[in-house]
Amino acid sequence: MSRIIMGIESSCDETGVGLVRLSDDGTVELLADEVASSVDQHARFGGVVPEVASRAHLEAMVPTAERAFATAGLKLSDVDAIAVTAGPGLAGALLVGVSAAKAYATALDVPLYGVNHLAGHIAVDTLQHGPLPSLVLALLVSGGHTQLLRVDDIASKITELGSTVDDAAGEAYDKVARVLDLPYPGGPPIDKAAREGNPSAIAFPRGMTGPRDAKFDFSFSGLKTAVARWVEKTERGGAEVPVNDVAASFQEAVADVLTAKAVRAAKDQGIGTLVISGGVAANSRLSSLAAERCAAAGIELRVPRPRLCTDNGAMIAALGAHVVAADRPVAPLDFSANPALPVDVISL
Amino acid sequence: MLVLAIDTSTPAVTAGIVAVDQAELTTRGDRVTVDARAHGELITPHALAAAETAGVTLRELDAIVCGVGPGPFTGLRAGMATAAALSHALGIPAYPVCSLDAIAADVVKTDNPFLVLTDARRREVYWAAYDAAGARVDGPNVQRPAEVETTVRVAAGDGALLYAEAVGVTPIEPRFPSPAGLVSAARAALLSGAAPEPLTPLYLRRPDAVEPTGRKRVTAP
Ligand SMILES: [Zn+2]
Repeated sequence: MSRIIMGIESSCDETGVGLVRLSDDGTVELLADEVASSVDQHARFGGVVPEVASRAHLEAMVPTAERAFATAGLKLSDVDAIAVTAGPGLAGALLVGVSAAKAYATALDVPLYGVNHLAGHIAVDTLQHGPLPSLVLALLVSGGHTQLLRVDDIASKITELGSTVDDAAGEAYDKVARVLDLPYPGGPPIDKAAREGNPSAIAFPRGMTGPRDAKFDFSFSGLKTAVARWVEKTERGGAEVPVNDVAASFQEAVADVLTAKAVRAAKDQGIGTLVISGGVAANSRLSSLAAERCAAAGIELRVPRPRLCTDNGAMIAALGAHVVAADRPVAPLDFSANPALPVDVISL
Repeated sequence: MLVLAIDTSTPAVTAGIVAVDQAELTTRGDRVTVDARAHGELITPHALAAAETAGVTLRELDAIVCGVGPGPFTGLRAGMATAAALSHALGIPAYPVCSLDAIAADVVKTDNPFLVLTDARRREVYWAAYDAAGARVDGPNVQRPAEVETTVRVAAGDGALLYAEAVGVTPIEPRFPSPAGLVSAARAALLSGAAPEPLTPLYLRRPDAVEPTGRKRVTAP
């Protein structure tokens, strides 16, 4: 007997509803993954505006769910359990998804699971590459997070090895894009410009890589400032800013630090598989450098396709399926969303 | 018909089951908690508790009525997301009502017009004016209490208690929307058999957000 799990995501600026089928053998199959994004509404502000995102979530929630059921060819009554992002994320944004999820679970009389967004980014990989090995290292990189996680069990045990001490990697991309007059969000345009540039043209600093720095933490604030300084100095000198070279050199610095620390952590912890997920995982240099370094170190690399890496409902449905399969406790109907939910709390 | 009424536009988290037809309107069960920080936690449990008191299941409902504000953003959305999802999952219509109209519906009618004022936070009130029969003649608006221009001297709603002096009104009951008030305000639409208007929140304010002007320099010019 297989079970249908509905996943609801609203932690930032994407309203996501996913549907997956959990089979008795524990495999999880993707049936629908519908996302409504408010990213265009944030572009002129250069970052996500929480109130704008929350308004968009309320508008998009039911239409997105309707599309998911239509895509999957399922009825609401087919749902056996619901998982919703309980955190971390923007408080007002989380509240919309959590409120809707409680209502869906109550109306359909099915169990509700409040799950961790970060764990969802890892769980989503099982939709593409099948079950995870028993021990995995995950590198989560997006506009909101940059973390190295040790995953002993996707449904019950995740430990943070390191995280950014200041900006998330994606945030640095957005800020550098602004310095270079490239559009928001900064990831895709910088990646595009970088392909035409020389990654060793400018030696930008590698943050947190000194001998006394925390081994698995990251810092991108200094890099971002270094790029801005370099650009301003060039402009002051009257020269034209070589946008492609700056983008390539910046991107090289980010990819270098992320992959070096990930491979070092894998070796250090004796972990044979690295999963890279989150919006920045789609970055071409990050994935190529990770592939190169993982191959050299004998580490299996798993990167979900870009559509699964960005925030979506499928990742929450996938994590929900693993949580259901592991018989984890159901969330009480009066649970609160937690904007600062720690990563080791996989489900409430 | 059997209606679930919910409202989270004020500090009250309100849910109730109301039976309504052309002749009568009866509250069969309700659950209200005044806690401005618990809308997301309590609204669904309250709807369930109200149904239990009424001795019905959610599957027996014919419609939902939801207060769409005006109300401080975050809490308002908890009730509206709940109403929208319940409507979708149960396959029943959800009718929007202005939450101030729901309060007005519960005001004991005299020969005099009245206001409804609710707390908009940031030292402002949401307000609307009603004639003696309870029909809305102005609003909903959002303003500082001292800027509310009116000759009406009585006002319902929690904003009337908070800003009685500033607005120059005598507070009257009720303070918050009740399930019966919500259904009463939606009664004509409910009984018309027409499709409901979309559930659109009455925010009345634009989001706080500033567009960046040029980029910040990190080096001295
Ligand atoms: Zn994310």
